[in-house]
Amino acid sequence: MYNENISKEHLEYIRKQNIKKTAIRVCQCLLLIMFFVLWEAAANLRWIDPFIMSQPTRVLKTVASMTSDGSIFTHTGITVLETIIGFLSGTILGTLIAIVLWWSDFTSKVLDPYLVVLNALPKTALGPIILVWIGGTTGSIIVMALLVSIVVTILNVYLAFESVDEDKIKLLTTLGAKKPQILTKVILPANVPAIISVLKVNVGLSLVGVIVGEFLVSKAGLGYLIIYGGQVFKMDLVMTSVLILAVVAALMYLSVNWLEKKLTKMR
Amino acid sequence: MEKVVEIKNVSMNYHTMQGETQAIRNLSLDIKNGEFVSIVGPSGCGKSTLLSLISGILRPTSGSILVDGEPVTGPSGNVGYMLQKDHLFEWRTILKNATLGLEIHKKLNKESLAHVEHLLDEYGLADFKHHYPKQLSGGMRQRAALIRTLATNPDILLLDEPYSALDYQTRLAISEEIWLIIRKEKKTAILVTHDIAEAVAASDRVIVLTGRPAEVKNIHEISLTCDTRTPILCREAPEFRRYFNDIWKELDIHVQ
Ligand SMILES: Nc1ncnc2c1ncn2[C@@H]1O[C@H](COP(=O)(O)OP(=O)(O)OP(=O)(O)O)[C@@H](O)[C@H]1O
Ligand SMILES: [Mg+2]
Repeated sequence: MYNENISKEHLEYIRKQNIKKTAIRVCQCLLLIMFFVLWEAAANLRWIDPFIMSQPTRVLKTVASMTSDGSIFTHTGITVLETIIGFLSGTILGTLIAIVLWWSDFTSKVLDPYLVVLNALPKTALGPIILVWIGGTTGSIIVMALLVSIVVTILNVYLAFESVDEDKIKLLTTLGAKKPQILTKVILPANVPAIISVLKVNVGLSLVGVIVGEFLVSKAGLGYLIIYGGQVFKMDLVMTSVLILAVVAALMYLSVNWLEKKLTKMR
Repeated sequence: MEKVVEIKNVSMNYHTMQGETQAIRNLSLDIKNGEFVSIVGPSGCGKSTLLSLISGILRPTSGSILVDGEPVTGPSGNVGYMLQKDHLFEWRTILKNATLGLEIHKKLNKESLAHVEHLLDEYGLADFKHHYPKQLSGGMRQRAALIRTLATNPDILLLDEPYSALDYQTRLAISEEIWLIIRKEKKTAILVTHDIAEAVAASDRVIVLTGRPAEVKNIHEISLTCDTRTPILCREAPEFRRYFNDIWKELDIHVQ
């Protein structure tokens, strides 16, 4: 592929591809900058009401004051922590249940219709019930995050377990393996990528659960700031929190992505 | 020679909601120690089923199977089974793949590990021990799969169309190599194949099965005159064609 004398044509091709790549990056940045500039200008020129729509400089001021009193870190930290606990427990518990279903075909057949219904049900509808049962604590928020991600995890991981090549299992059987060994030697290792991709989905889902939970519990976290800001009409606080949330969500997604690359490289 | 596998009046029926399939009917067969036996028969006649029964992963509906004089009750380290594809686990290195059987039998120790490493060195995989399967060619992967089978030191090897996933050239080369390894390690081998030439070239006996349900249709004792008894060289033997034609005719009747 990489011969010594690369042809002119090929050089030209590479140059064009690189130009295209740069152009895409530049446009992406420009779009973001333009968004904020327009927003700022629109507010200054009173095309929009900055009291309702807020504006970038007000957001920056809010960030500055929240940084100086440290509240930005507490609230963001709480949301991040709850989300991490949520998606880790959702993924781990979901995988454990998927193992049970894989182990017992009978159980999986019995539970199948219930899982289908639970999967279709919007889990956030259960929020008020959880709040009443568990109370206005962090516990409720984590359970919320867990609920949002667990059913999808069970279904996806179970499906992945079931789609392991029958012949790989046959091979292990010929080597004398019993069910526990089939689980540990092929089912689990073969599905590490599937479980990580579920983890990736769960980051987003669990964040939904956490924010809804924080809306309901209303004590701390970015979700709380958003709902509180809305109630007392501090739109600067709402916008700031939403923007921080966007950054946090992206960062968490990227870290799981990075983890995935690390883990798949090892194999 | 002593018998290592005795199949006595074995029948095997499969049951599914669609119905009952009789795969094997009243089949009897003995395999002697150190023999290389090939089994040929029409597609779907029950060849793989027969190997699964010998390996102990399936139980016959009736009849009995003895390996080394003992009734088969389940998979044992004494019978190695090689499937059509290599099924090397892509998340394990070649060495780790090769020790899989030992891990399962909880017999992975210094000596057994040394034995596996020796096999890998001996059969050209020394430099690939710590590589992952996808870094190996099809032929090398098949060799690695054979070493995984040999690791538990079985006396009997069951080979179910082990080369059919390979292209023709590789297939000729690897079937020669694997034949040599099996002979060198002094194993008894039962090979299922669709390739009559391969069966004749490699075997002491070729067993022709009928269409489903499988019964023994005929047994050919193969004796080829050639200087060095290896599959590729023996394809030149004068008797080769005759065996080939006889077996081909026997199979052909049932293909029609
Ligand atoms: N698990 C099973 N359940 C039901 N029927 C089966 C099962 N396995 C095999 N059969 C049926 O039993 C018969 C024999 O199958 P088997 O795989 O032993 O044949 P084969 O000779 O190895 O075929 P091939 O030449 O295609 O490899 C076939 O008709 C097959 O459909
Ligand atoms: Mg078969």
